[in-house]
Amino acid sequence: MKEFFNSIFTSDFVYSVFRVTTPLLFASMGAVISDVAGVPNIALEGLMLIAAFAGMYFSFLSQSALIGLLMALAVAVLFTGILAFFTLYYKTNIILGGIAINSLASGGTVFFLYLTAHDKGTSVALASKTLPVLRIPIIENIPVLGSILSGHNILTYLSIFSVVFTYVLLKGTALGYHIRAVGEKKAAAESVGISVVKTQATALLLSGIMCGFGGAFMSMGYVSWFSRDMVSGRGWIALAAEAMGRQTAIGSAAASVLFGIADAFSNVAASMGLPSDLVKTIPYFATLIGLAIFSIKTYKKYKDA
Amino acid sequence: MGDYILEMNNIAKVYGNGVVANSDVSFNLKKGEIHALVGENGAGKSTLMKILFGMEAPSRGSMSLKGKPVSFSSSKEAIGEGIGMVHQHFMLVESFTVAQNIVLGMEPQKYMFVNKEQAERFTDEISQKYNLKVNPKEITKNLPVGVKQKVEILKALARGAEILILDEPTAVLAPQETKQLFDELENLKQQGHTIVFISHKIPEIKQISDRITVMRSGKTIGTYECETVTEQEISNLIMGCEMDTSITKEKRDFGKTYIHTEEISYKDKSGVQVLKDISFGVKSGMIFGIAGVQGNGQSELVDLMTKRKSIQEGKILFEGKNIENLGVSDIRKTKFGYIPEDRLDQGVSVSESIRENMISNRLSSRLFNNHGFLNFKNIHAFVEKNIKSYEIRCTGGHQPVGMLSGGNMQKVVVARECGDEPNILIAEQPTRGVDIGAAHIIHKKIVELSEKGCAVLLISADLSEVLKLSDVVAVMYEGEIVAYFDQTGGLDEEKLGLYMLGIKRHEAEQIRKAVNQE
Repeated sequence: MKEFFNSIFTSDFVYSVFRVTTPLLFASMGAVISDVAGVPNIALEGLMLIAAFAGMYFSFLSQSALIGLLMALAVAVLFTGILAFFTLYYKTNIILGGIAINSLASGGTVFFLYLTAHDKGTSVALASKTLPVLRIPIIENIPVLGSILSGHNILTYLSIFSVVFTYVLLKGTALGYHIRAVGEKKAAAESVGISVVKTQATALLLSGIMCGFGGAFMSMGYVSWFSRDMVSGRGWIALAAEAMGRQTAIGSAAASVLFGIADAFSNVAASMGLPSDLVKTIPYFATLIGLAIFSIKTYKKYKDA
Repeated sequence: MGDYILEMNNIAKVYGNGVVANSDVSFNLKKGEIHALVGENGAGKSTLMKILFGMEAPSRGSMSLKGKPVSFSSSKEAIGEGIGMVHQHFMLVESFTVAQNIVLGMEPQKYMFVNKEQAERFTDEISQKYNLKVNPKEITKNLPVGVKQKVEILKALARGAEILILDEPTAVLAPQETKQLFDELENLKQQGHTIVFISHKIPEIKQISDRITVMRSGKTIGTYECETVTEQEISNLIMGCEMDTSITKEKRDFGKTYIHTEEISYKDKSGVQVLKDISFGVKSGMIFGIAGVQGNGQSELVDLMTKRKSIQEGKILFEGKNIENLGVSDIRKTKFGYIPEDRLDQGVSVSESIRENMISNRLSSRLFNNHGFLNFKNIHAFVEKNIKSYEIRCTGGHQPVGMLSGGNMQKVVVARECGDEPNILIAEQPTRGVDIGAAHIIHKKIVELSEKGCAVLLISADLSEVLKLSDVVAVMYEGEIVAYFDQTGGLDEEKLGLYMLGIKRHEAEQIRKAVNQE
């Protein structure tokens, strides 16, 4: 037990919380933006997976991490665009569209993985690039704090920025006002000449960009390869975080950190020699409990209302 | 014809499904007038205004604004030409502040951000300019209806509206608020704005408007100078025939108390006391009217009585039986009828037929349900009987309810809820947004029911309705009964209005009489 606590109360543990929370932050911000606009994007999982594959593959082809990242973003935006086109233009149900993207992603990435790496499991055969790690001068040399705050992947810092971005977007910009208005009362937005379709499409594409970053981090930062279903539920956890955060940027970020801690915790527990299949369930279990608590609360509120 | 700011000539609108909403309508506006547009539901007023506001394209006809021909393909274009509309259902984002709503879509910006100070200053400015007092920082959700309406009017004015269309603006207001609205409209008129005023309430129309255009069955019947026509004449023009809408009630004795509530209190999810110590009784044969501005706890009271919300404090007895532990279906099994406030949301299923809607609350009745199989013969007979007796204008029982006009839709609801001659009827705004003819039929049916011994609880913001039907009247204000009148003789809208706005209230002793038990 002592050993256990020793490994939790370390700067390494806190460092790893940042690391595992990164994709959750991106995805939950994507969920916030799209949900506030009234078009809940449940394809986060699939979009991240596609982006992860694209990042790996194009960084391998170009031997440039930057091009890999840009392609990850482009591909994620492309697929979100397809989702937006079908749901906003052809009025497909957004949930069905999301399910379609998710299934397409999990099958499609394996297909292309086999095509390119001749392997149905991982892409280790392809020498893809990773995004750089950022050492922050001065802070880096502070004991404890330095090893927690410095030396993260560049996307980890960006993920924190994405929370600020989402917050400011929704609270301070005209586009954010329009997104909120469209999500809360379509007719009100329409009556003053705001295009509902354009606004919702913009929100969806923004959520696609978030997924692009999240996915790129998975294959170009978290690890340096792509493996099948490597997003392993992070998109769904992010949706749960967004629900617990009540559609707010800050709340959802806080919930994401909570799930990140659970994730980091499971990593530690696994390294302690506890049965790994069991400890791997910790983050999902935490999500389940979180969602249950949240829904009980909402239900009570609903019942009272 | 140079003095018209707007002319709409020979407008026709045929919808894709073949419904002719407008055929050969001509409508014009003089600058700086208040012009009432009246007609029954389904007469084509809304369609005409939608065409003017760019929400619908006319199938035929022409429009000219300030002498030059125009056509709008969207509301945005209409707004750009100085036309503003205040919709009956407010187009406000509830979680936004007043200022945010007013600048929505044209937010003042500083760098990349919305300049909140400027938005608030702007709101203050136009609020002062037009003498429509609002607080820019207030969250819209928390505002009373009257103020929300001001925000809507300001929203249109902020976009440079010279012609302002108001769609039944007084439907949600108390008499004093209506008076205030009229003062504000007069003020706008002085400033050179032209106002189109859509309403069902003829006395109001007489009071406020300069000219009146009457529509019936998709056609304009005529435009009249307001002074030259009497209220009765307007009514006749709307109906196309002379019609007596007065209700005669037999004097009768009341029986046992069927509805009894005891000190009901209710707090909503945010802990606000929505209802406080509501006690009253409704006897067999009695119509108990509850007047009040919307949002003073009436809908919560009804939700408790219909078990859509669970009772927190106090008791509700139906025919002496406590309903606390009963479910909706248990209550439905007793002789109980409920006409909900929002017919589209709660009253009917618009995509289903009249027949299906009419029997939806009696599917388990032995008459219609033969061991799990529907008895179509009986259903058919029942529906046909109701269509006839309620004069529902339709092509038959198979017609989807969504195709009917508001008034006929409401008749379907009333027919369903009153069909079994219930002992208890809760009628929540039974004739809101319903034309005179349909309202009259519904009123007659409610009175008929009470004469047969039904205890009717009538909740309405329409005071003339409350006064016309009720035997006794209570007024609700901020979740409390603040006044009780054991007869309606000598009562008028002005008098009730004072209580509805919380200016006056009765002594506790008088209010206690509402319990109605000897």
